[in-house]
Amino acid sequence: MSDITTSAFVRQDLVPERLAPIKTTGFVGFLRTRLFNSPTNILITVVSVLLLWFTLVPAIKFLLVDAVWRGGDRNVCLAESAGHTVGACWPFVEAKFTQFIYGFYPEPERWRVNLTFLLGALLLLPLLIPPLPAKGLNSGLFFVALPVVAFFLLHGGGIDGFGVSWTATMLAGFDESIGNAGAALSNAGQTSAVIGPLLVVLGKLLTLFGSAVSWLIWPLIWLRDQIQASSRSVWIDFAVTAAIVSLLLFLLNGGTRRGWRSLIVSLAIFAGIGIVMSVMGLDHGGLPVVDTRLWGGLLVTLVVSITGIVASMPIGIALALGRRATIPLIRIFSIAFIEFWRGVPLITVLFFATYMLPLFLPGNFSVDGLVRALIGIALFAGAYQAEVIRGGLQAIPRGQGEAAMALFDLLGSLRASFSDPVWATPTTLFTGFAFTGMIYFAFCFGMSRYSLFVENRLNAHRRN
Amino acid sequence: MSIEARPPPPQFAARLKRALGGRAGWSGFVVQILFVAALVWIFYEIVANARTNLENQHITAGFGFLKNTAGFDVSQSLIPYSGSETYTRVFFVGLLNTLLVSLIGIFFATLIGFLVALGRLSPNWLLSRISGGYVELVRNLPLLFQILFWYLAVLAALPGPRQSISLFGSFFLSNRGLIIPKPIGNPAFEPFVMAVAVAIAAAFLLWRYARRQLFQSGKLITIWPYVLGLLVGLPLVTALVFGAPVRFEFPELKGFNFAGGSRVIPGFVALTLALSTYTAAFIAEIVRAGILSVHKGQMEAGASLGLARGSVLRLIVIPQALRVILPPLTNQYLNLTKNSSLAVAIGYPDLVSVFAGTTLSQTGQAIEIIGITMGVYLLISLVTSAIMSFYGWRLGRSLEG
Repeated sequence: MSDITTSAFVRQDLVPERLAPIKTTGFVGFLRTRLFNSPTNILITVVSVLLLWFTLVPAIKFLLVDAVWRGGDRNVCLAESAGHTVGACWPFVEAKFTQFIYGFYPEPERWRVNLTFLLGALLLLPLLIPPLPAKGLNSGLFFVALPVVAFFLLHGGGIDGFGVSWTATMLAGFDESIGNAGAALSNAGQTSAVIGPLLVVLGKLLTLFGSAVSWLIWPLIWLRDQIQASSRSVWIDFAVTAAIVSLLLFLLNGGTRRGWRSLIVSLAIFAGIGIVMSVMGLDHGGLPVVDTRLWGGLLVTLVVSITGIVASMPIGIALALGRRATIPLIRIFSIAFIEFWRGVPLITVLFFATYMLPLFLPGNFSVDGLVRALIGIALFAGAYQAEVIRGGLQAIPRGQGEAAMALFDLLGSLRASFSDPVWATPTTLFTGFAFTGMIYFAFCFGMSRYSLFVENRLNAHRRN
Repeated sequence: MSIEARPPPPQFAARLKRALGGRAGWSGFVVQILFVAALVWIFYEIVANARTNLENQHITAGFGFLKNTAGFDVSQSLIPYSGSETYTRVFFVGLLNTLLVSLIGIFFATLIGFLVALGRLSPNWLLSRISGGYVELVRNLPLLFQILFWYLAVLAALPGPRQSISLFGSFFLSNRGLIIPKPIGNPAFEPFVMAVAVAIAAAFLLWRYARRQLFQSGKLITIWPYVLGLLVGLPLVTALVFGAPVRFEFPELKGFNFAGGSRVIPGFVALTLALSTYTAAFIAEIVRAGILSVHKGQMEAGASLGLARGSVLRLIVIPQALRVILPPLTNQYLNLTKNSSLAVAIGYPDLVSVFAGTTLSQTGQAIEIIGITMGVYLLISLVTSAIMSFYGWRLGRSLEG
């Protein structure tokens, strides 16, 4: 053995240790591979750090370090009295908080807004958590019952009739309009020479149709008059409506053999409506009316966005189906309708709703300003929703929707609060924007994250 | 296998049925009749109501008001305008302002959008996080909020003219807006413009020639030095021969305000900033998705052909990404144009602000004015989609052929 160890081609000492390989894991490895791996990247990293240094650090300093947290008026937020550079003036937000949330909603009635927020949150949360049961009942309550209850809670006021009265009034108005149109056609026919006789015949036919309809709806009108003449007319109307609707559902769904279920469901729904009506006292005036001009702040922002989301659904589904319909005219109409609303800005839609819509409605029929805007927003959002449902769009363009109601909503309240001399300091503007920005960001970011979560859940079969 | 007989041509009755009711046949025809009847009835109601309401308010319908004198001033106009002009002139002033802010916004939004998209795709961790943070922050704040922020908080908080922020001693940013040097055309202006036009045309022809040579004989001609020489040299020579084409009137601080120069009003600055940064966030996401949609194998294949990285991007990845990017990008451009109507909140005199706002409140001609305004936006939308679908069609054809 010993001759081998002494021979010339066998090494006598150990090979020197190699350097350890460059670390690519851990914090140092991360720095090396992702931030400092080439001269260009080093430059980019340095520039990015500088960018952060000049944006993030002053922002944090402004919002937290230099901020003033307590105080009663503008003096605490002035650099002279605070003794240092003043950042955000949070007492301003505290003082204006109720205005940001409620606008000018009267103080003693604000519990109604809180109750509506609470009801909405209580109904919305279980709807958003997938494992919880009873999604059908829950969504029915949220999408149908809540808007009605919220209207009577927020706006106040009562009702002076129920299903029978409303149906009768609507049908009578429709009938009258047909009769008027017939008479107008006949008149136009008598003055025009060429197509005159045709118009006259058409007008006479319409008038005839109108009187036939009036004969058909006569029993309903009679019933309405009887109900309106009685005392406690709302409750009698309610009972009659409940009886008629339940009976119809019972008979249409199979009568004595299979109709019991729908009868019970219908009666339960009417019982629920009745309880809500009696609790809120809708039959004798309800809660005191709060004019929508007093609404403001986050309240209006939420009312507008939730109405937009809820009302755009049925409109969107109808238009999407219409766009895929086999009947040419309905298809053409749907396409034209969708493309029209998608082609114009929301602001012009709001102008349309504010200035043009009142001209198109009968003179004795005035609609509240907020409701007019909501109608415009619902039509606008419905057209976009139709495209989303059809699959032509990824998402409704954000920004316009929440933003456009500047006259009433959170941004409006913000602007109004800036003009208050009690809080006029150099940093008030930035503080107000920081606060409202955080609210908007919380809502929008939350919604976008939730929709990503739902998308992932629905795409579970595609994940690998 | 035998050849099957062709089906007989459709009979007259079947054709009629299809023409009248679509695939649904006669029942479809009945539905259409009912639908039209309902539409006609609604239309009749609207017209009748509008007529009575207008009569009650003593407003005469029609477009005659467009010839009346407007009598109000507009803070920015691209065409000569004074208060004694007609409402038609006001309409064009507003329209041009809308188009101006949209075009400039589109330019900057595209630029920032592409940069942010490249930043998000960068291997540098910090840069990609910053770009991602920018996109999330800007997309989740309403546009009107951002417009008001720039207008009320940033621009209004700038110092007054006397302490304005100066750039190169000729641009001044203050709370009165941005004061820039005003170009005034010299007699040499026309030859200069002609020289630029000739240079562009010559460069284009050169490019065509080089391309044809490449496709026909495979010869690669380097043309960029000649193009650069043409585009810079020819105007320069003209300027040397004829003298300077424009001279600039520099703003000067006199008393409490600036004299000379032109003023870009704060509303315009705020609106352009907000629109371009907001839309850029959406464009960045679109571009990122478009670039990621091109398969990695395409880049590897290009590299294995011996193409440089820049050429791979220019010749292989970007044309394919463009096909994906283009339709949503068009949508964003249209959104920006429509969003520019939020100018009404900060008093920038765009179409909605001066026409649907001031003119409407002065004349009360709601139906005509809102109809015209909506029609203009609709027309812009339709024309842009037409141009973009033509471009997409050409792109698709060149990728196929």
